[in-house]
Amino acid sequence: MCDCDCHKNYNLDTLIPLVGVITDIKEQTPDVKTFRVNALEGGKLFEHKPGQCAMLCAPGVSEGMFSITSSPTNKEYQEFSIKRCGQLTEYLHSLKVGDQITVRGPYGNNFPVDTELKGKNLLFIAGGIGLAPLRSVINYVIDNRQDYGTVDILYGSRSADDLVGLDEIQNVWMNTPGINVHLTIDREQEGWDGHVGFVPSYLRELEFSNDKTVLVCGPPIMIKFVLQGLQEMGFTKEQVYTTLELRMKCGVGKCGRCNIGSKYVCKDGPVFRFDEIDELPNEY
Amino acid sequence: MKKIAKSNLSALFAKINETKDLYVPVKNGEQVNFAAYSEEAEVDLTALKTVKSPKDAFFPQSENLYTCFNEQGKISITPEELQDKDFVVFGMKACDIKGIEVLDKVFLSEPVDSFYAARRQHGIIVGLACDKPEESCFCTVFGINPAEPTADVAVYDDEDFLYWNALTEKGNALTETLCDLLEDADNTAVENKKKEITAIAEKLPYANLSLEGWNGDALTEKFDSPIWEELYKPCLACGTCTFSCPTCQCYDIKDYNTGNGIKRYRCWDSCMYSDFTMMAHGNNRTSQMQRFRQRFMHKLVYFPANNDGMYSCVGCGRCVDKCPQNLNIVKVIKAFEKGGKA
Repeated sequence: MCDCDCHKNYNLDTLIPLVGVITDIKEQTPDVKTFRVNALEGGKLFEHKPGQCAMLCAPGVSEGMFSITSSPTNKEYQEFSIKRCGQLTEYLHSLKVGDQITVRGPYGNNFPVDTELKGKNLLFIAGGIGLAPLRSVINYVIDNRQDYGTVDILYGSRSADDLVGLDEIQNVWMNTPGINVHLTIDREQEGWDGHVGFVPSYLRELEFSNDKTVLVCGPPIMIKFVLQGLQEMGFTKEQVYTTLELRMKCGVGKCGRCNIGSKYVCKDGPVFRFDEIDELPNEY
Repeated sequence: MKKIAKSNLSALFAKINETKDLYVPVKNGEQVNFAAYSEEAEVDLTALKTVKSPKDAFFPQSENLYTCFNEQGKISITPEELQDKDFVVFGMKACDIKGIEVLDKVFLSEPVDSFYAARRQHGIIVGLACDKPEESCFCTVFGINPAEPTADVAVYDDEDFLYWNALTEKGNALTETLCDLLEDADNTAVENKKKEITAIAEKLPYANLSLEGWNGDALTEKFDSPIWEELYKPCLACGTCTFSCPTCQCYDIKDYNTGNGIKRYRCWDSCMYSDFTMMAHGNNRTSQMQRFRQRFMHKLVYFPANNDGMYSCVGCGRCVDKCPQNLNIVKVIKAFEKGGKA
């Protein structure tokens, strides 16, 4: 278990959820909505660290693990960006402001924002909904700007309509000193005058210096070619972090589902460094 | 050391049952399994192994976690009550007791599973030394002594008497409540019995099975071995091995709509099943070879890696007895020892 004190307020078993209320829904792309969740009495359900996850449940429908996309520096609420792709997410997308769900967590480890990432030049690379876990870190870094070096964000999607949180990217991130945002979409599109091309090839074009610490999230195929590109640019695996995702039920390393070798993604992950992933058996 | 005449056992069970729930091996048709004691129950202390392990006294096959009500969009949650009454499991064998120690590593590690912890707190185990360990038994390979159940009370069946030796505070307290029924005894009969059991255990066909090379450090070497591909093929993915196993801990969490709320329950699951790791995003163990490998790697490599070398197998031999395809952990260990098919 992580060394945080997240569970100190739990009088109950961690399998017993809290009730949360949806207080805002942003339709970000045709298939991604960002849900704002509050405790019934207002405020946050619990504290978390960037990269941690929570189990969201529509009682009687299903339950699933989602990364908490808001930064812990946000003191008012937590947000979850959810792509519609299965039974549970389909149902969550049908919910309205004021509807209640159950939430338990936070689960898992976090990006090492207070240790290994401190003072480093950071490069965030995300594809599609893969921005969700990184957004938590990016906003944490923005709110603690003095603790980190330069920040580059490379973000790509299928089309301009599929870029999650474009509002915040253009109005907040692009206006923060020392933060460079590089956007790309897969194919030409009317009204888009930015870069066109896949994330791994744009990465090569950008010719970043290899002194950066990299956080990458996105589809497995993107991650694979991004890692190849980074290595060709002289980055080592010790410099690159990502998150893994496997089926989970309990969230606390007991139900036996999400292990890769002797590591449980819910408890020992979801954040792994690539040299750590190399030590795991090839079963993820 | 105490003893009681076996002819008087029903009085002992009735006395325990006055204040506590009592689980005993009960014969039902051809099978013996642990069940709640009643006067009508056909208690059978002669069966060496129950078909199902007694782990569900602590980790039930199915248990409710909470009830969720949704009234006009307002959700409320009522957690299930934790076990708060003492209960006795009478007649557990040394291997199955060690199986509970394995489950302790899972459920009592942080964050503690409070449902399991409450049952462990209130459960009193009366262990019964194995009368005659049989061919499929290999508990000694895991350092377990079938003559010394590490329970709250160790009990020995010797002809007309049951010898009773309290080993813990819980055991002493239970003994205290039964003082009218138990009489003092000397150790001679029990010491002889232990020697008999040990002599049998030493001669069992799997007694010399070697675990050399099976540990947390062997992960990559064992995982990548071509032997799995040779071994798994007969596996039907029926899950019998996991459901009869005293250490298998995998569980599922599900909802049941009662019409008056949603019951959230958990139940045993099996890593042998094809949908065990399936999700909308994909599945990381799509072949039966991968699932087969997962089960044995977990017991012999992953679990020791996380638990100071402790294996997640206790050599009870149920999988040896029950697998319809005659696949089991002994076969796996032997195949690796020979570097190919056993």
